[in-house]
Formats: sequence, structure tokens, C-alpha cells
Amino acid sequence: MSNEVAKPKMKKSKKTAFDTPYTVKNAIQKGGMTTKLSMLVMGFGNLAHKQIAKGIIFLAIEVAYLWFMIAQGIHCIAMLPSLGWLEQEEVWNEALGIYEYTAGHNSTIILLYGVASIFITIGFIIMWRGTLKSAYKVECLAREGKHINSFKDDIADLFDGNLHRSLMTLPILGIIVFTILPLVFMISMAFTNYSKETSSEAAHLVLFDWVGLKNFGTALSTDNSIGQNFWSVLGWTIVWAIFATFTNYILGMILAMVINRKETKAKGFWRFCFVLSVAVPQFVSLLIMRTMLQPEGAMNILLRNLGILEAGQSLPFFTKPIWARVTVIVINIWVGIPFTMLQTTGILKNIPAELYESAKVDGANAFVTFFKITLPYMLFVTTPYLITTFTGNINNFNIIYLLSGGGPTLKPGDTAGKTDLLVTWLYKLTVDKQYYNIGAVIGILTFVVLAIISLVTYRNTGSYKNEEEFQ
Amino acid sequence: MKKQTTSYKAKKRTVNIFVHVLLAVLAVIWIFPIAWVVMISFRAEKGSYTSSFLPKSFTFDNYKKLFTDTTILNFPKMFMNTLIIAIFVCIISTIFVLAVSYCMSRLRFKMRKKYMNIAMILGLFPGFMSMIAVYYILKAIGLSEGSMVRVALIMVYSAGSGLGFYIAKGFFDTIPKALDEAAFLDGATKFQVFTKVTIPLSKPIIVYTVLTSFLGPWLDFIFAKVICRANADYYTVAIGLWRMLEKEYIDNWYTCFAAGAVCISIPIAILFIYMQRYYVEGLTGAVKG
Repeated sequence: MSNEVAKPKMKKSKKTAFDTPYTVKNAIQKGGMTTKLSMLVMGFGNLAHKQIAKGIIFLAIEVAYLWFMIAQGIHCIAMLPSLGWLEQEEVWNEALGIYEYTAGHNSTIILLYGVASIFITIGFIIMWRGTLKSAYKVECLAREGKHINSFKDDIADLFDGNLHRSLMTLPILGIIVFTILPLVFMISMAFTNYSKETSSEAAHLVLFDWVGLKNFGTALSTDNSIGQNFWSVLGWTIVWAIFATFTNYILGMILAMVINRKETKAKGFWRFCFVLSVAVPQFVSLLIMRTMLQPEGAMNILLRNLGILEAGQSLPFFTKPIWARVTVIVINIWVGIPFTMLQTTGILKNIPAELYESAKVDGANAFVTFFKITLPYMLFVTTPYLITTFTGNINNFNIIYLLSGGGPTLKPGDTAGKTDLLVTWLYKLTVDKQYYNIGAVIGILTFVVLAIISLVTYRNTGSYKNEEEFQ
Repeated sequence: MKKQTTSYKAKKRTVNIFVHVLLAVLAVIWIFPIAWVVMISFRAEKGSYTSSFLPKSFTFDNYKKLFTDTTILNFPKMFMNTLIIAIFVCIISTIFVLAVSYCMSRLRFKMRKKYMNIAMILGLFPGFMSMIAVYYILKAIGLSEGSMVRVALIMVYSAGSGLGFYIAKGFFDTIPKALDEAAFLDGATKFQVFTKVTIPLSKPIIVYTVLTSFLGPWLDFIFAKVICRANADYYTVAIGLWRMLEKEYIDNWYTCFAAGAVCISIPIAILFIYMQRYYVEGLTGAVKG
């Protein structure tokens, strides 16, 4: 998705900085015999030009890949279209006198192994291209009589010209195995009927099939409970994100300004008080808040002891929809303001003092100066920060899950409660209900919402466009 | 004329008093839940909900029980688990983050911009959407049972750290390039520049990275819950505290939960306050750049 947007730029930069004659296209068109043979036998070109170690490594990669494909890979990929059909069966074992279970197919495993095999194949193709380029390069160099890198030179180059390869390999491998592979696996689930049971279908927990875009239809239409939940959850997620982001942003800024005022005494002490509350691990403070705000929790007890509430009465912090929604927003303010205060203090000090002085001369009061000077200036400087906070709030799992748990749920059949965000609903759907396919659909839709919001705004900010300017 | 200045001064004074009172009220609101949990951790009455707001008597037993009663919820073991995991995660993540940030900041190669775009896109997916898949992958490579659970948690916490390079990259960007060039003139390789020039100049960001990655395993309970499942032997502190508030434990363990929360929060709070200045520096740097 990003590539399409970035393409015009990439092409330009390619021509200038990273242009090399040793491309796959050139290798296939202009390469000699050794290069052509390298297309079949990886590393042949290197072996022919005395890069023995390199050639052997390339050849070993090819052998390992072929061995893997024959032993496992081809089977795994071939099973992908069907996702398995063999059900587990009970078979009477005469000799032992017991029922035994035959191993049936397990669609989850088939899907995972299939996706992993495809990943390995893609990785192999990338390496194949690399070895081909390497073979072509060494052929060209040999033809021109230039110096050919020995294995030692190559190793040395990994710490100099090719340093990025040695530094990035492991981190990228980690990201591929533990972030991208699982993501692709989950995304593909959105197109299956892998689900415990939805109103219309039976359970498909062991064996499931591809169903195309049907789940997206279920989630987006309004004539079933999942779809109705989706639109209400989406609406609340956006309302929540807007409130959570801007209340924190503006109130945190005001707090920072109040503490920064010249006349305020003991600035460090006040800051310390607020920082202390964020220094406590978030899940601890949120769990404390939750127990405090229960019908029999400390808050209601305190109000009863003070005589504000009568005995037996309690405020419905998490039991009525509107109350619950306001409560999570207010607690989010408690959690978020110190962060905003920390981050904006420095930037606020940078606002030119002349602006305020001239505003004072013109007779502007505090409100006018805030909305006409401070806020526009801050918005200008902190847009990227605001975007990340906004997306962070859409994905704000901790606050909702630990405080209200998404509740209250009004109708017993609903899978989502009134304070559920898309993410907490996703969690409930997959972990509690085992509606894996719908969960995956929700995940993809969350991503689409976020991508639209942030890609458009982020790409237009100065920090992305003018990245090199500050170096 | 004189009258006017005095009234102006009086006005200023009332504003000042108002501001300080407001700050005091707000500070109380912000400190209150923390003070309350400290109070609960010393409360003698068991149970989660009591009829009086203030405890009737105080005791140290909650702390004693937390560290000695290991039959049901083994807090000392959870603590050790988390510590071991955190140390390994801290080492691996720091290396990953610094390596990737350095590449993004200083090295120019074909995949750089693409990598940054991909990292941003991956950041938009809800993190635990892939959680279940991660569990299956761990199961497939045999890391979901027994003591391998620790290895699994270490891998899960540190594997994605290559995506969190923004703050460290922002820091590296501020180190003058002239220093690198001087080293290149002396014949240093890029790796030598990284280890001998950039790293020694980056103490604040290294401290920041070390501390944040060390804190990760103490704060996460979502991944830990999914990966540990019923393996209570390998629970981390966060799951342990979470479980103490579940229905079957809350009556006996509520005050211990408070004690545990205090024990965990004190070191984390100290670390946080210590690294606060790096945190602010890093973020304002990121905003600028």
C-alpha cells in the first residue's frame, strides 16, 4: 500500500543514489555462461570466479530450500486452497481393545504452515535475486580485470559498506517472524469461517474453509447483531479517541502553563506530584481505580460516609452506559494529563515572549491569548505527536479493558459492551468468544480506519517531508 | 493612581492564591489513588470491600504473606521470572533498537525509506491482533510448554523492538555528522564509527532504551496471559497481580495485591522519574525532527 504512494519518490531517488549496473534484469539479459548457470545452481558464478566460501554458502541455501520444499513446503502450500478435509475419527483398535483417534486435518496448522512456507519461498526468491546479482557482478569484474573481493573482504565489508546488512538482519528477522507472519496469518483468517459459532453457522474450530468476503459483509451490514455492534463500537471508538486526545492535550497544556507561570511557587514540587501518578505502572493504577469505583468500592463508601449518598445507594460508575463512558474519559484524563504536561512544558517555553506581550498591549485576556497564540503555535509544532496520540487512543486497550472491561452490556446477545473500543471488542471476539474470523475482520477494519487517518495527515507533516533538513 | 496599583496587586494576589489552591486540589486528586493503595497495603481487615473508608487497624502481615505464602500465588517466583525475562529482553532489545536506529539515522541504503514506511504501517495494526497467531507459532517451534515459556516471552517481548527506533533515531540525528567524517578520515570503518564514536556519545538514549525495555515485561499482562495460559509456574508479576483481583482470590488477596502493587511500583517509579528527562528530551527531539 505504501509502495504505491511512495513510488514516484522512490524512482527518483533510485536513479541518483542507489543506481548500479548489477541488476537482475541485466544479469539475465547480458550475463555470460557462468551467470546463466547461476540461475539454476546458485553460487555457480561465484565458485567459477574463486569466491569459494561465498559460492558454497549460496549453494547450501539452495540445497536447504529445495530439501525443505520437498520434505514439507510443497505439501504445506498445496494444502492451502482446501485447508484440509479429513475429520478426526474414532477407530476401534482390536489389538488394544480401545478407541483410538486418527489424526485429522487441522486447518489452523495447515494455514500457519502454508503461510510460513510462502514466506520462506519469498525469502528464497529474494536471496536468489541476490546471488544472481552477485554472480553477474563477479563476472563483470573478472571480465574487466578488476579486483574480486575475497571472502575476507566480504566479511570486512559487512562492518563497513554493508554495515546495514549485519545490523538489520536479526531485528528484521524478529519482525518478520513475530509481527508480519502472525499478521498475515490473522488477516487470512478474515476470509475463512474459522469461528466457534455465529448465529447462522455451526462451529468450525478444527476444520474450516475459505469463504471469501462474506465476513466483511457480516461485519458491515446492519441486519445482524455483529454488524449493529460494529457500527456502534466504531462510533464510540471515534468519539472516545477525539475526547481522549483533545481533553488530555488541552488540559495538560493548561496545567503545564499554570505551573510554568512566573508567579507559581514550588514548580518542581507540583510537577513531581503529577509525575508520580504516571510513574506507577499503568495497570496497577487502573486496577486500583476500578476497585475504587465499584458499587461497593472506596469512592461510594467515602461518599456515604460523608453523607452525600444515603446508605445502600451508590453511583453507577461502570454500570450505566453514559456514566461508564464519562468515567473512562475522566480517568483517561487522570492518566494522560501528566504525560502531556511533561511533553509540552519544554515546547511552551519556546513560544516567543513578544507574541504574548503584544497581545497584552492589545488588551487580550487569558482566553484569547490561549486560543489565538498558544494553541495555534502548539498545534503547529506538535501535529505528529497529536496523530500518534490519536491512533494510540483508538488502540487504547489498557484503559478500557482494565477499567470497565468494555461493559456494561445491555442486551444479553451482544458481543460488545457500551464502552468497548474496536480493539477490546476484537480481544473479546477472539479470546473469549473464539469468533476468530470476525475478530480478524475487525482488526483489518481498525487498521483501515487508522491508516486513512494517519497516512494522510502524517505524510503531509513537515517532519516526514523534510527529514534530512535537520542533519 | 496609587489606588489603581494596589487594586491591581490585590487582583494579582487573589489570582495567585487561586492558582495555588487549584494546584493543591489537583495534586490531591492525582496523589489520592496512590496514597490509598499504600494505605490498603497496611490494612489489617481482609476483603476487597469494607464498610468504612479508612482502615480500622494497620499491619505488616500483607507484605509478609505476599513473600512467604507461596502455595497459591507464588509471588517471589513470579518476581524472579519477571526479573530474568526483563534482563534478557533488556539486552536484546537495546542492541536491536540501537542497531536499527543507527542504520536509519546514519546509513543510506535502498531499503531505508521502505523500512520506515513499513514500520509505520505495522504500528497501525492493533498489537495483539496477532497474539493468537504468535501463540501458534511458538507452539509450532516448541516453545509453549515448560521452562521454554520464559524463552518464548523473551522472544515475544524483544522480537518487535526493531520497530521502535523513532526516539533513538531522533537522538542520533542530533549528533553532528562532522564527528563521523573525522573518524572516516582516520580510516575508521562504519562499524568502528558506530561503536567508538556514536555509542559513547549516546549515553542518555542508551539509558532510556535500557530502562524502557527493562520495564516492558513488568508492565505487560496481555501477551504474558496468552502465552503462559495455565502454566502458573511461569507467571510474571503483572499476571499475578491481575489474578489476585479475580473473583476466587480477591477476598483473601486484595490487601496483598495492594502490597504487591506498592513493591512493584516503588522501583518502577524511581526508574521512571530518573529517566523522565531523557523521555522529554527524546520526545521533543522527535517532534522537532
